[in-house]
Amino acid sequence: MSEMRRVTAINNGTVIDHIPAGAALGVLRMLGIGGERASPISLVMNVPSSKYGRKDIIKVEDRELTQPELDRLALIAPHASVAIIRSYAVAEKREVSLGAEMVNIARCTFSNCITTNPREPQDHRLKVVAADPLELRCRYCGRPQDMAELVDNLL
Amino acid sequence: MDGDLITMNDLSNEEILSLLDDAERLLPVAHGAEYLPLLQGRLLANMFFEPSTRTRMSFETAMKRLGGDVVNLGDVNTSSAVKGETLYDTMRMVDGYCDMAALRHPRQGAAQYAADACSIPIMNGGDGAGHHPTQTLLDLFTIRQAHGRLEGLKVALVGDLRYGRTVHSLSHALARFDCELLFISPAQLAMPDEIVDDLTGQGAKISMTEDLIGAIPDVDVVYMTRIQKERFPDEDEYAKVAGIYRLCAADLAGVKGDMIIMHPLPRVEEIHPDVDSTRHARYFEQAFNGVVTRMALMCRLLGVSVPGGEV
Repeated sequence: MSEMRRVTAINNGTVIDHIPAGAALGVLRMLGIGGERASPISLVMNVPSSKYGRKDIIKVEDRELTQPELDRLALIAPHASVAIIRSYAVAEKREVSLGAEMVNIARCTFSNCITTNPREPQDHRLKVVAADPLELRCRYCGRPQDMAELVDNLL
Repeated sequence: MDGDLITMNDLSNEEILSLLDDAERLLPVAHGAEYLPLLQGRLLANMFFEPSTRTRMSFETAMKRLGGDVVNLGDVNTSSAVKGETLYDTMRMVDGYCDMAALRHPRQGAAQYAADACSIPIMNGGDGAGHHPTQTLLDLFTIRQAHGRLEGLKVALVGDLRYGRTVHSLSHALARFDCELLFISPAQLAMPDEIVDDLTGQGAKISMTEDLIGAIPDVDVVYMTRIQKERFPDEDEYAKVAGIYRLCAADLAGVKGDMIIMHPLPRVEEIHPDVDSTRHARYFEQAFNGVVTRMALMCRLLGVSVPGGEV
C-alpha cells in the first residue's frame, strides 16, 4: 500500500510529505493549524520511507499553504516536500526553502539577548550558518542557537 | 566597515591597520599639543546604559579634542529606560538628535539592534558579555606601539577569560594577525569552548595553562584582567579564585626586556602597584590610547580624512 494512501486522497488542499518521523505535531503547531479548523486534517506518523527510514505525512484540506508559511518549516522539517492539490490532482509542487536568514520565525534562545524584551519591536532574525545540519546564530547577540530550545521559542 | 562598528568582524585587517595609522597621526591632538577641529559641529551621543568610566570619558574626550560636542544619556536610573522605554524608541530619538552614537548596554546584541534602528553610525562600547571592539582597537594600538608590529607575537591572556568580553574580541583580532595565544586562567574561568573552536578553526596557535609565573618568560604581551565578582553566583565560588593571579615586580625578573603588561582596568589586586614603575607596565598608556583610537574611528565613520592619511 502506498504510504500516501493510508489516509483518503484529498480534493483540495496541501500535502506535506517527508516530515522527519515524530515531527508532524510540531509542523502543525508551526503552521498554526489546530483542531478548531472546520476542514479535516489527516496525519500519519512513523510510516516507512525509502529515503529517511521513517517519516510523517500531513494532509490539510481546503487550505493552500503559501511559500512563506512553508519556509517556516525549515526549522524542523527542512527536507519536507509539499504538493498543492486541486480537484484530486497535484497542481503545484513546492519545497521548503532555507534563505540566508529566518525572520520572525523564532525568538533567540539566549536569555540575555536584547530581543528577549517582548516590547522591542524589530524583527527576530536568525542567520543560517549551515544548512545540514541546520545551524543558526542570532543576528543581534551572535549566539549559536540551541535547536531543541528554539522549537519552544516559535513566534 | 559598513557605517557602524559592532564587532571586529566589521573591519578588515587593512582597515584595522589604517585606523591605527590615523590614530598615530592624531597623537599630538589627543595630547592637546595641537588643535585640529576635524569634527567641529558634529555631535556624539554617549548612550551608556551600564556604568563606564574609561570608555565613556574617552569617547567624550576624543570628540571634544576634535572640536565636536557630546550629549550624554545621563544616569540610566533617571533616564526614560527606567520608565520602560524600549531601546528601539530611545535610539530612534537619538538618531534625530546626533550625528553618531556610542552605546554600552547590559543586553548582548544591543549594539546591532541599535544600528538596525538608526541611520547614524553606531559604535559598540560593550554589549553584555558580547563585544567591545573599540577596546580591541586601543589594545592593538598599544601592542603595535610597543612592538612595532602585530604579526607573530606571543600574547598571554590572563584571568577571567570566560566572562570577559575584552579578551574575547582581542583573541579573535590577534588570531587574524597570526599571533600565538596563551590562555591562563583557573578552569572555572577558562575561555568558552565556542570561542576556542572558532579560533582553532581560524588556524590560531593556542595553548592553555593555569600557571602565570611559569608561562610569562617567553611571551611578548601579558594581558591581565580582573576577576569579576559580579559574575559569580555565590561568594564562596568567587573566593576560590579571587586572588589567584597577582603580578608583582619581583615576578618579572626573567621576562623579555620588551615584554609589556596590559590591563583594560579597573584593576583590583591582579597587578601590584610596584609594577607601575617598571618598563613593562603599559596599562595607563593603554587607557590613554582609547582616546586616540576613538578619534580615528569617529573620523572614519563620519567620512572625515585625517591629514596625512586617506579615507
